[in-house]
Amino acid sequence: MSTLEQLKEQIRKALPDLDVVIGWEQGYDAMHATPLFIREEADIDRLIWSPLCVHSLGTYLTGLTKSSKVQKVGLVVKGCDSRAIVQLTQERMIPRENVTLFGVGCSGCLSHARLEYKVEQGGHYVEDMHAITFNGDKVEVAVDGGVESFDFDTVCLEKCLTCRFPNAIATEHFAGEEVPVAPKREKAPSLEAFEKLPLDERFAFWQDQMRRCVRCYACRNTCPMCVCRDHCISTSRNPHWVSQEASTAENFMFQMIHTMHLAGRCIECGECQRACPVDLPIMLFRRTMVHAVKDTFNYVSGADPEATPPLLTFKAEEDNINERGW
Amino acid sequence: MSARTGVLTEGRELRIVGFLCNWCSYGGADTAGVARFEQPTDLRIIRVPCSGRIDPLFIMRALVSGADGVLVSGCHPRDCHYAEGNYYARRRLELLKQFLPITGIDPQRFEYTWVSASEGARWQDVVTKFTNRIHDLGPAPRMQGGSGYDELCLKQIEEGVKQGAACPCHKERAL
Repeated sequence: MSTLEQLKEQIRKALPDLDVVIGWEQGYDAMHATPLFIREEADIDRLIWSPLCVHSLGTYLTGLTKSSKVQKVGLVVKGCDSRAIVQLTQERMIPRENVTLFGVGCSGCLSHARLEYKVEQGGHYVEDMHAITFNGDKVEVAVDGGVESFDFDTVCLEKCLTCRFPNAIATEHFAGEEVPVAPKREKAPSLEAFEKLPLDERFAFWQDQMRRCVRCYACRNTCPMCVCRDHCISTSRNPHWVSQEASTAENFMFQMIHTMHLAGRCIECGECQRACPVDLPIMLFRRTMVHAVKDTFNYVSGADPEATPPLLTFKAEEDNINERGW
Repeated sequence: MSARTGVLTEGRELRIVGFLCNWCSYGGADTAGVARFEQPTDLRIIRVPCSGRIDPLFIMRALVSGADGVLVSGCHPRDCHYAEGNYYARRRLELLKQFLPITGIDPQRFEYTWVSASEGARWQDVVTKFTNRIHDLGPAPRMQGGSGYDELCLKQIEEGVKQGAACPCHKERAL
């Protein structure tokens, strides 16, 4: 039985006790998947599972579980998605007992941005891609009557190269085989490259990038960790952290708010950067923060439901902080 | 002016923001003042109830809004008036310090330290050292301009005006 068949079977069995199960279905074209809300048994047939299923569905949870119409929610989760749920459980942001997780093992998701770039480099139009097949380490895209083949590693999401959690953790159900944990890189290549730049070039880079930000808040809205919803301080007038002025500095400030509020919580799902309509490389901020937390507190977010987030606790003598050193 | 501090009159003053906790460092600064220790005058002090009150975003906001340096000072660990505020602060501030380099803002522009209410001399030392350091770094670079789209529009309008001004009928009218 394939992973998908197993998954469907598990959902079919659990569905009578759940108000809704969220998974993925084929989107508006062959290249995209879109979230699927399964309410009746007939909906289950539309479920798909492939590297196109990029969305972190945990984002819906904090809103859904507050709604009076929905009591019990089921969720299909990859490794990274399940970390979001673990982190939210730790922070008591979701009633975990009302959430049923259907875990899968994931061997990487497609980055549409990278694939589209490659296809355009090959002299084709992105709109002409009409079929995609995943064949082990290869991705084959039917475009313009021909077939273009790429190595999966060159078109997968960057987070998948460094992934240490390919299998969903702390789930009620698990479908298919476990995927071996085999990170291909220690550090994200983009961060590695960026860290080679001197400070002034970094500042100039962000000056250039942040002026493109249109502050659509897609990064915040898609973030499974952003739980404040209508009370986000970056859109509130009281306190007035960010002015309405469309200036580079204010855009930058908004990104700083997002990063700081994710310190010790970010699970590197990369949804913020994927959702960005102007492709700002904001994962550089998030990843740096994640590395800082790992180096200083030896803490990995969303790995253990019982752990205490590092900023909610302290030690009288910190192991890795030498604040008297200056 | 002073050979010891050396930064009082050289060049223009820079903007340094200091967040000091009410119970120790603010008292320490007061002690330094009462004892008439000479200090550089670039620092603007904001008094907060506890270093645990300081959100790292205060520091970011200050740096983004044009501060050239930010100094945070609280009670020594184990001496916090509220028992554990500075422990939480230490974790947050340390993360901020490690995060700053990726934004291109020099992490040297931000420092946190501990000064107790009796340490007037230490306060003088901290302020002088930090102010000197910021003066060595010079004014901080600032994020410039509005969204790229606005500027693009302005440029197009400017070009249009230029084209219009070059047109003979405009010239005649101007005459």
